[in-house]
Amino acid sequence: MADRSFSVSRIPGFAAVAILAFVILYLPIFTLVIYAFNASKSIAVWEGFSLQWFEAAWANRQVKEATLRSLIIASSASVIATTVATMAALGTTRRAAFKGQTFVYVMINQPLMVPEIVTAVALLIFFASIKVATGYQGLGYLIAAHSAFCVPFAYLPIRARLEGMDLSLETAAADLYATPWRTFRRVTLPLLLPGIIAGAMLAFVISLDDVVITEFVKSGGQDTLPTYMLGQLRRAITPEVNAISTALLVLTVLLLSAFFLLTRKKE
Amino acid sequence: MSAAEDAVRAANTRNAWALVTPALILLTFAASGPLLIVLVYSFLTPGQYGNVEWIFSLDAWIGILFTKDIFDETYKLADAHLTIFWRSVKLSFLTTVITFAIGFPTAWFIATRPPRSRALWLFLITIPFWTNLLIRTFAINEVIRNEGLLNTFLIWLGVIERPIQIVYTDVAVLIGMAYVYLPLMVLPLFAAIDRFDMRLLEAGYDLYASRWRVLRRVILPIVKPGIVAGSILVFVPSLGAYVTPRVLGGGKNMMIGNFIELQFGQARNWPLGAALSMTLLMIVMVALLFYVRAASKGSNPHG
Repeated sequence: MADRSFSVSRIPGFAAVAILAFVILYLPIFTLVIYAFNASKSIAVWEGFSLQWFEAAWANRQVKEATLRSLIIASSASVIATTVATMAALGTTRRAAFKGQTFVYVMINQPLMVPEIVTAVALLIFFASIKVATGYQGLGYLIAAHSAFCVPFAYLPIRARLEGMDLSLETAAADLYATPWRTFRRVTLPLLLPGIIAGAMLAFVISLDDVVITEFVKSGGQDTLPTYMLGQLRRAITPEVNAISTALLVLTVLLLSAFFLLTRKKE
Repeated sequence: MSAAEDAVRAANTRNAWALVTPALILLTFAASGPLLIVLVYSFLTPGQYGNVEWIFSLDAWIGILFTKDIFDETYKLADAHLTIFWRSVKLSFLTTVITFAIGFPTAWFIATRPPRSRALWLFLITIPFWTNLLIRTFAINEVIRNEGLLNTFLIWLGVIERPIQIVYTDVAVLIGMAYVYLPLMVLPLFAAIDRFDMRLLEAGYDLYASRWRVLRRVILPIVKPGIVAGSILVFVPSLGAYVTPRVLGGGKNMMIGNFIELQFGQARNWPLGAALSMTLLMIVMVALLFYVRAASKGSNPHG
C-alpha cells in the first residue's frame, strides 16, 4: 500500500525543480541589487557597503534627464492609452455584438502579437519621413509610440472590470431620470475606477520598461532610462547601472503590489 | 424585425464605433499603419546613405536567402544569413524546451499549494514577469560573466582554474533567453493546471497506472492547451529577441532581430531590413494561427 505521505497530486522531483526555478529567478536579481551597494569601482570584487553608486547616478546629469524623460513619456502614454482604452472598453463590452467587432479586437491586441523589433522598424521608417516633412523632432513621437503599445495593457483590466459590473445600477439611475452623461459620471465611472487605475499602472510600467521601440524611435539626445543603460554597455559597466536598475526594480515592485491590491478587492 | 429594433441596433453600432474610434486612430497611426509602409519599402531599392530610392526591386526579398555573385551574376545561397536564421530558430526552440522542462514542474508545484500560499508563489513569478527585460538581462549577466557569481563560485570550489567563457557565446544567449522568458511559460501552464481536476489522478492510480503513465496519459493531454500557449508565448518573443542577444551575444552572435537592426544601421540596406521584418512577422503569424487552431481543438474534450 502507499505510504502515509502519499498524495495524488505529488510528483517526485517536481517540488525540487520548482524551488530551483525560484532560486534561478531571484539569485541574479539579488546579485544585481547587492552589487549596487558595492563600495568598489570594479563590478568584480566586493569591498563593503556603500551608497556611492546611487549618489553617482543621482549626480549624473544624463541620468537625471533620462529619468525625467522616462517619467514624462510614461505618464503621458499611460494617460492617453488609458483614456482611449476606457472608451474602447465601454464600446466593446456589455452591448450587442456589432459588425467589425473582431477587427476592433485584432487592432487593439495587435501590439501584443507583432514582434517589437518589427514595430520599431516600422515606426523608424514612418516617423523618419514625418520628421523630414514637418521638421518636428520632439518627444511627441515617443509618446505616440508608447501610447499605442500600451493600449492593450490598459484595455484588458478595464474590460475585465466592466464585464464583472452589474448593469442594474445604471438602469436604476436611468429610471430615476439621470441623463446618460450623469449616469456615466456618477455611477459607471466610480464603479469602473479601480479597473482604470489598474490599467493606467500597467501601461505606466510597460512604457517605463520599453527598450526596443524607444531605441529606434528616439531622436538624438532623447535617451530614456532603459536606452541610456543599454548605451552604457559600450563602455565598461560600473555599478552605477546596478544602482539605476535597483531603483527601477523597486518602483516596479511597488506599482505591482498596488496593482494586485487594487484588482483583488473586487473579490 | 421591426423598424424600431433596427433603429436601436443602428444606434448601438454607431455608439460603439464612436467609442472605439480614438483607440483605432492611435493604433493605426503608431502601430498598424506603419507596418504597411514596411511592406512597401521591402520592394524598393536601397538609398546610398540609408533610406530608399523609389525604384521597384525584388532584390531585398531575394537577398533574404541568396547573394548575387559580383562576377558572374549568379545567385548563391547566402550562408551568413542562413547561419543567423538557423541560430534564431535553434535558440528559440531550445529556449522553449528548457523553459518547459523547468516551467512545468514549477507551475505544477504552484497549482498544488494550499490556496493561501499559492497567491504568494504566483506573485513571486509575476514580479520577474513585469520587471524590465533589460534589467533581467543585466542580472543574468552578473551571474554568467567571467568575473560573475558562477565562475567565482566554481573557481572557489576548485572545479575550474580559469573562468569559463560563457558570455558572448550562443550558450549565453540561450541561458539569457530561458531566464527572461521562464515566467511566460509558467503563467499559462499554471492557468491550465489550476483547472485540472485532481480526482482524475485518483482514478488513474486506482486503475494501477504508474506515476509516469498518469503524467503522460492523463495530465499532459488535458493541460495541452496551456503547454501550447506557453510554448507560443516563449517561442514568438525569442524569435524576435533583440535586447538579450545584443547584451549577452556581444554583437557577433546575432539573431534575426539584431540582423534587422544592422540593415537600418551600418549596413544601410533598408529594403532588406524591411523584407526581413516582414518575414519575421509572417513566421510569427503562422505560429499564432497554429496556436489558435490548437487552442480551439483543446476546448473539445475528445479532440
